[in-house]
Amino acid sequence: MQSAPDVSFDTPAILRYRNMRKLKDRTARYGIATGGLGVIAAILLIFIYLLYEVMPLFHSADVKAEHSYVLPTTSAQSLYLTTEEQAEIGLQIDSNGQALFFDAINGSERLKSQLPVPAGAKVVSVSEAAPGESLLVAGLSDGSAIIFKHEYKTTWPNDKRLITPSLVYPYGAEAIVLVEGKPLEQVAVRDSEEQLVLAGSRGTELYMVRFTKEEDFLTEEVTLERENVTLPFVSESARTLLLEPDLHWLYVLSGKDTLTQIDIRSGLPSIEQVVELTEGVATVTDLKFLLGGISLLVGDSQGHITQWFLARNETGKKKLTRIRSFEQSNAAIVQIVPEHRRKGFLALDSDGVLGLYNTTASRKLLTVDIAEDAVTSIGIAPRADALLLGTSSGMTFFSMENEHPEVSWSALWEEVWYESYDEPEYIWQSSASNNDFEPKMSLMPLAFGTLKAAFYAMLLAAPLAICGAIYTAYFMAPAMRRKVKPVIELMEALPTVILGFLAGLWLAPFVENNLPAIFSLLLLMPVGVLLFAFFWDRLPLEIRGRVPDGWQAGLLIPVVLGVGWLCLAMSGALEGVFFGGDMRSWITADLGISYDQRNALVVGLAMGFAVIPTIFSIAEDAIFSVPKHLSYGSLALGATPWQTLTKVVLLTASPGIFSALMIGMGRAVGETMIVLMATGNTPIMDANIFEGMRTLAANIAVEMPESEVGSSHYRILFLAALVLFVFTFVVNTMAELVRHRLRQKYSSL
Amino acid sequence: MKITVKSWFKSGSPWVWMNAGAVSISLVMVIGLLALIAVRGLGHFWPSSIMTADYMVPGQNSRVVMGQLADDEEIPVQRLIDAGFTGLDNQELVTRQLVKVGNRDVTGSDFAWVVQPWLENIQYPEDAIALERREWGNFYGFLKEVREGDSVVASGSEAWAALNASMDRALNIYNEIHRIEKKDIGAINSKLERLRLQERGLELRNEATPVVLANIASQRAELDAEYKVLEKHLGDLYVSFTRDNVLVETLGGQTVDINVSKIVRAYQPNAMGLGGKIAFYGSKVWEFIADDPREANTEGGIFPAIFGTVMMVIIMSVIVTPFGVIAAVYLREYAKQGFVTRVIRIAVNNLAGVPSIVYGVFGLGFFVYFLGGQMDALFFPEALPAPTFGTPGLMWASITLALLTLPVVIVATEEGLSRIPSSVREGSLALGATKAETLWRVVLPMASPAMMTGLILAVARAAGEVAPLMLVGVVKLAPSLPLDGNYPFLHLDQKFMHLGFHIYDVGFQSPNVEAARPLVYATALLLVIVIASLNLSAVAIRNHLREKYKALEV
Repeated sequence: MQSAPDVSFDTPAILRYRNMRKLKDRTARYGIATGGLGVIAAILLIFIYLLYEVMPLFHSADVKAEHSYVLPTTSAQSLYLTTEEQAEIGLQIDSNGQALFFDAINGSERLKSQLPVPAGAKVVSVSEAAPGESLLVAGLSDGSAIIFKHEYKTTWPNDKRLITPSLVYPYGAEAIVLVEGKPLEQVAVRDSEEQLVLAGSRGTELYMVRFTKEEDFLTEEVTLERENVTLPFVSESARTLLLEPDLHWLYVLSGKDTLTQIDIRSGLPSIEQVVELTEGVATVTDLKFLLGGISLLVGDSQGHITQWFLARNETGKKKLTRIRSFEQSNAAIVQIVPEHRRKGFLALDSDGVLGLYNTTASRKLLTVDIAEDAVTSIGIAPRADALLLGTSSGMTFFSMENEHPEVSWSALWEEVWYESYDEPEYIWQSSASNNDFEPKMSLMPLAFGTLKAAFYAMLLAAPLAICGAIYTAYFMAPAMRRKVKPVIELMEALPTVILGFLAGLWLAPFVENNLPAIFSLLLLMPVGVLLFAFFWDRLPLEIRGRVPDGWQAGLLIPVVLGVGWLCLAMSGALEGVFFGGDMRSWITADLGISYDQRNALVVGLAMGFAVIPTIFSIAEDAIFSVPKHLSYGSLALGATPWQTLTKVVLLTASPGIFSALMIGMGRAVGETMIVLMATGNTPIMDANIFEGMRTLAANIAVEMPESEVGSSHYRILFLAALVLFVFTFVVNTMAELVRHRLRQKYSSL
Repeated sequence: MKITVKSWFKSGSPWVWMNAGAVSISLVMVIGLLALIAVRGLGHFWPSSIMTADYMVPGQNSRVVMGQLADDEEIPVQRLIDAGFTGLDNQELVTRQLVKVGNRDVTGSDFAWVVQPWLENIQYPEDAIALERREWGNFYGFLKEVREGDSVVASGSEAWAALNASMDRALNIYNEIHRIEKKDIGAINSKLERLRLQERGLELRNEATPVVLANIASQRAELDAEYKVLEKHLGDLYVSFTRDNVLVETLGGQTVDINVSKIVRAYQPNAMGLGGKIAFYGSKVWEFIADDPREANTEGGIFPAIFGTVMMVIIMSVIVTPFGVIAAVYLREYAKQGFVTRVIRIAVNNLAGVPSIVYGVFGLGFFVYFLGGQMDALFFPEALPAPTFGTPGLMWASITLALLTLPVVIVATEEGLSRIPSSVREGSLALGATKAETLWRVVLPMASPAMMTGLILAVARAAGEVAPLMLVGVVKLAPSLPLDGNYPFLHLDQKFMHLGFHIYDVGFQSPNVEAARPLVYATALLLVIVIASLNLSAVAIRNHLREKYKALEV
């Protein structure tokens, strides 16, 4: 017997080779594991990143004391406090008429400038023309007023920013005399293209001067033409004057809580209405315009702040209406400071508590106790990122963090009463040309549009796809099925941009011109199919026998074409007989329904087309994989094929069909290009099939490229994307789980 | 056997027929749609005859109409009556035709609707010519004379031949000018820009010694000198380019002087035979595929869009294939099968259903602004504040689409891996191969058709996707291709054109939608053909694969 040759498997070479292989195997194992997990992590990253971009929307605000200092003292009382754009330089104006520009960080003096106050007079009040405007007016005790502006010039010597402040007098340094010899208690100024208007009050007396501007064409020098306007008296002593930006109304707060609205546009100003702002319950402690000068903010002695503006009531008359109110605490509101760029404001109460608010979002962002001593003045930086607070013990510089105050649950999903609207509404209008625009970011119209588009798409797709799937899976001849399935699945691969383009440029005008055809198709198609079927089933067997079972769909193709052609051909005649020659104008004129060319009907048809294959292919799979012995058993017991289908097969496959519908729905909700191209993209809330809509996805595609990175608008678009992501993910997961359960059920059968 | 309606309904047969009807409707819709695109897309290039006619609107003076028929439709007479026309009261429907009348510089608009019964004296004169121009669209009229400078070269019947000769010459010069402007001057500009960045980079790093700066200055002077030479040459070319003029007359009798340099193509469709028309058709199709767009994308070709789409898809494939395959291999071969893998599988599957715009938003926020911004600060500080990668571009678009198509590749590859019988793996392992060797030598080669299928499906999806691209890198008109002869040759940071976006842009954002529509149909057709053939080949590969493994299982 021959023994095995003596071979060593442990020579150094083989050992080295074996180690090498082992190393390779291990590297592959860990490499692939890292790679695989990395890819899966990357997918997770999408969700996390979207959330990361959205989170700041819901952060609350923060106010922090940064620096405290004592300003170069003046014995006079501080009347006005503000900062420039960068919050680097503060400005304080006191009752001696001294304007002090100081370093906002350490309080050192940058520039001291004296207003041209006549000898013996004192500054009684200082007010700004509007939030965010640098035009100020100082009312003097001799009945005159000085109009001035604070301006800043930025230079970059040695690559470092240097801001040089200055005071300028756009209408001359001389004080404008409103009324001779009587001290003004309150003044208001408003500067527009053609006019400069000054209003002042003393007790119950009101004064107003209107200057008409005339520009010299050659020198571009502006000359003012003065006109004294007589104003009606108010019943009690006036406490605050506000001039509305359009120079239509003058608001006077007098007495305890009486607001008088005076029409100053007409030649003879008259009182329009008188409103008791707190219905006599409390005393109004401060009255300010919100940015834009449309809304009034009213702070009262009981710690409430209310927003008012003119809105039409049921009778169609514009009335000052209380829109919403905020409650700070029980302490009286001392001062309201509107923000310069947003519809927000700060409110300070007598306990030294500061509240940050936003009106659009009806949101109280923060209340914080910031002052122990009596507050003399408060000023906000234009970017709302800093705050100066003057108290009896000195000045404090606060930094504010308040990035997205305009977003809240109610602003996104509830009806909001926007400025100049007559009632609360859902509106999406994210940007406009002017600065003091109130962004209207209600996601409701977009969500509604999304569901509307999906609904109409499903209306077409669900019956066609499911009926088609039933027939293909259960009745169709295998030879035909092999051809039909790829064709319908090819539909799924068609780029949606092509469907959208056809829908917008071909289908929309086609539908508009052939409306009767579209609706008669709905009625005639089933009738035509049934008629053909009836006659076919009555044909003698030798003719019927020529077409094998399961080819009905093929037979019906000419029928479908024929009915389609018939409807199109009849379209014009139908229009002539029933709709006066033009169904479209009949709809708008006789039914009073507005008609857009690119409407929900077109979207429904086009997107339905895109969704059919998705539903079809999943539903078909579910029905086809119902175990055959179930249907054989039913047939053997004498049930007709149709009975077997409805009572056995469909019942078993129904979870699968349900999940097909869910996935189709998910696709319809997220579809972008079709909706973008086949609707007018107007964010309206109207279920009318002849009007368009804007969906979440289309809205992102339209607005994302223009939105400013990091802004509230940008983050809300991210929120829209997150909503889409979560919605489709949840829907698809549910569908997937249902299918999984179904598959297990089949395998156990 | 006699069937009554009642028994017929009871048998359930009508419902079966109704379901069959749903299939038929779906089929008719798909095939009708494809046919619509094909007919409209292919018809555009055919040189249809130029019609001349008198247009007599009742109650108005007769006008002459000349142009090519573009479309017709039947409208109810009522609509005409509403618009204030009379004279057609005895019928209900009337055909109205859309005629491409061209001559936008003379008449103001390219198209005119005419009511067919009011056209009289319709003729197709042999000597009617159509001129495709670089601006102002087509011109229809009659050729009068060809002039060189101020002297008449040919007139009357010889003018046509002279025009062709003159156009050949002008087109040659045009090609030369195009080459110099795009290639030579483009190269100099790119070198100058690189020098500028180099200089700025040196300044930023405080390494700008006089020696280096002098070196850069001398290089710049050299390039400037080269540029001067080219500029002079170009000037000469332009002078000779604009040498010839043609005098043409509209049907209305107005004569128009057109410089030959402005003409792209001149033809006499009425005089063409079938062969001529086919040749013309071929040359138009070639122009469409191989040329740059003209006139705000409404004329000319779509080559840059094809090129951009292909580039993006290639880069995307390079990214998505390895990652998708690794993830699938991990899930199927390495990970322990259980709850976690099931969850991951469901998640991956569902990602395919997440709306593509969400990927676009993610790409814009994460890749472009976050990663791109970081990269710019790290690697391209000299170009700041102009962003290099911190702005939408080819690379980000490719990566975004790679992420979008990742589920497709993973799912297809996994399916392929799961179809390989475990006996094959076990055989390999039993012979002493390590797991990695089994994977590399046995499993992956067998799964390669599945990977191929996944890749093809991914490419088909990516080629048709537009919504995310609108956010991360496509533009309506890119000044240069993302791949050219200038360093670094492949410009990943550039924006690019894309077929799908081209359809959206030209069809919806173009100033002259009516004129651009045929081109959009043609573009759509091209896209459909590409995607349909990709999909069909994927299906074919998949079926082939199934057959193959069926044999293995036995």
